[in-house]
Amino acid sequence: MRRGAARDLGLPFAFLLLLCIGAFAVGKFPVSPHDLFAVLWAKLSGGASGVAPAIDAVVWNIRLPRIAAAVLVGASLAGAGSTYQGLFRNPLVSPDILGVAAGAGLGAVLGIFLSLPILAIELLAFAGGLGAVAVVYLIGAAMTGRDPILVLVLAGVAMGTLLGAAIALVKVFADPYNQLPAITFWLLGSLTSVTLPDLGAALPAILIGLAPLYLLRWRMNVMSLGDEEAKSLGVETGLLRVLFIAGATLVTSASVSISGIIGWIGLVIPHIARLAVGPEFSRLLPASMLMGAAYLLAVDTLARTMATIEIPIGVLTAFIGAPFFLWLLASSRRGWQ
Amino acid sequence: MILVADQLAIGYRGKRVGDGIDLDIRESEVLCLLGPNGGGKTTLMKTLLGLLPALAGTVKLDGEDIAHFSRARLARLVGYVPQAGTAFFPFTVMDVVLMGRAAHIGLFASPGHRDVAAADAALTSLGIVHLRERVYTEISGGERQLVLIARALAQEPRLLVMDEPTASLDFGNQLRVLDHIVALARRGMAVVLSTHDPDHVFLCGDRAALLRGGRIVALGPPAEVMTPEALGALYGVAVEVVALPDHATFTAVPARGRERR
Repeated sequence: MRRGAARDLGLPFAFLLLLCIGAFAVGKFPVSPHDLFAVLWAKLSGGASGVAPAIDAVVWNIRLPRIAAAVLVGASLAGAGSTYQGLFRNPLVSPDILGVAAGAGLGAVLGIFLSLPILAIELLAFAGGLGAVAVVYLIGAAMTGRDPILVLVLAGVAMGTLLGAAIALVKVFADPYNQLPAITFWLLGSLTSVTLPDLGAALPAILIGLAPLYLLRWRMNVMSLGDEEAKSLGVETGLLRVLFIAGATLVTSASVSISGIIGWIGLVIPHIARLAVGPEFSRLLPASMLMGAAYLLAVDTLARTMATIEIPIGVLTAFIGAPFFLWLLASSRRGWQ
Repeated sequence: MILVADQLAIGYRGKRVGDGIDLDIRESEVLCLLGPNGGGKTTLMKTLLGLLPALAGTVKLDGEDIAHFSRARLARLVGYVPQAGTAFFPFTVMDVVLMGRAAHIGLFASPGHRDVAAADAALTSLGIVHLRERVYTEISGGERQLVLIARALAQEPRLLVMDEPTASLDFGNQLRVLDHIVALARRGMAVVLSTHDPDHVFLCGDRAALLRGGRIVALGPPAEVMTPEALGALYGVAVEVVALPDHATFTAVPARGRERR
């Protein structure tokens, strides 16, 4: 709508592009930008790349799925986070506020516990996230006559705790040598084993979930005024809330199903984006997604290169995100009031 | 007659706050709701805005029951001015006023040139166009109240419902807001507002509705219905109403030497 939107997004986009080139380059098999472009050009033109087949394999089979996953998951979590924060008018809200993460976590943990194949684990995680939010939403809808937003958030907190207890219970019964490490790794988030087919499976759900967020982007501003004010301005808040929650939940569940639970991105990134481009959702949503993608890609690249063993990505995002969030809280009130 | 409430019962599900309310609101009129806390002012206004369903009776706009209106259609007729101070995200003043255009904009659309023009017109009519690019959370309380009025004006309604528009404003801003309300009514707007200050009713009200226990105990021109006896009964304190001869208005002051109850 406003001039300057392109400028707002141009910088983070260029930064993300540079990060991608950097992320291809580093790792156990370094790939120089020259080799990277040769490989990409060979794919596009159908000719020979002239680089070693091993490097070709690294680019296509190892780096690309992982980088694409980091970009996709980071953008999804940050986009969903900015949606939930606007919808619930609370800067401490993150994509797991309605029990998405806990629901997806229980689904995945059950899948691991039952020794199901990877695809089934992802499906269970996906279904768990959607199911948890559906239950929370139905509870909220049943309690009429109270502030609908508050009821949803509190029901989400209760549901998250309940599902957390269920996860703990499954962990108690899980085989400590085979299953427990897998469960722990998944609950801390990881992009290690993501494959291109995984991404292909999650991408449609993410795009479908993003559609209402993008199409209704201006209405989100009105929704962030709260239920009564939005209604008095002529907005059918009940319908819009369902669409926003369904969209953001779909996006979150799909990304959690491929990466495990990666915290803090959906909480912190929308704040930074709001500081950069303001709260107007038409600009906030794309800015959050670009910054989320860049942040997760940077963190994941660190996670796989900074030590000989891979560090769970959720640990890193928390180590970076939590102090940063506290600093933000202490130093600035400009992001919210 | 823009709005007519007929034998209206108001309240929340399972909790009736008031009933038997007959009320009509005309063009170019300021109707003030006056009454003690818990008297039903807010509940009545929410019902008139369609935020709460009528428990019995009807609210009609141009002769049609608002229960059958879509939100957007209702918003094009009735604008709501909440109390300033609910600011949350640091939107610019222009962004806030543009939100008043929601009922005129397609579901998937963003505001266009016509909406910006309407928002500018609303800001200009209140003399606050200089606030256009300021951040809403960083302006003063009085300015915020004016911005919320501008937002409701950008809605282009025929009736404004204002929830204590002078609450928590300093004396100068209270008078400024009241002046704007009177000016809006002179240009044809119908206004319903609630207030805790009888003097404000004397200053801007064409009619006053005294609400107590969820019922309208008196309705009419302020000078007629806001007698010392009526105000005394309304609030449970002894009150005198004093004419200010050179100002063509009245003021309510505590009664001297008398204690009611």
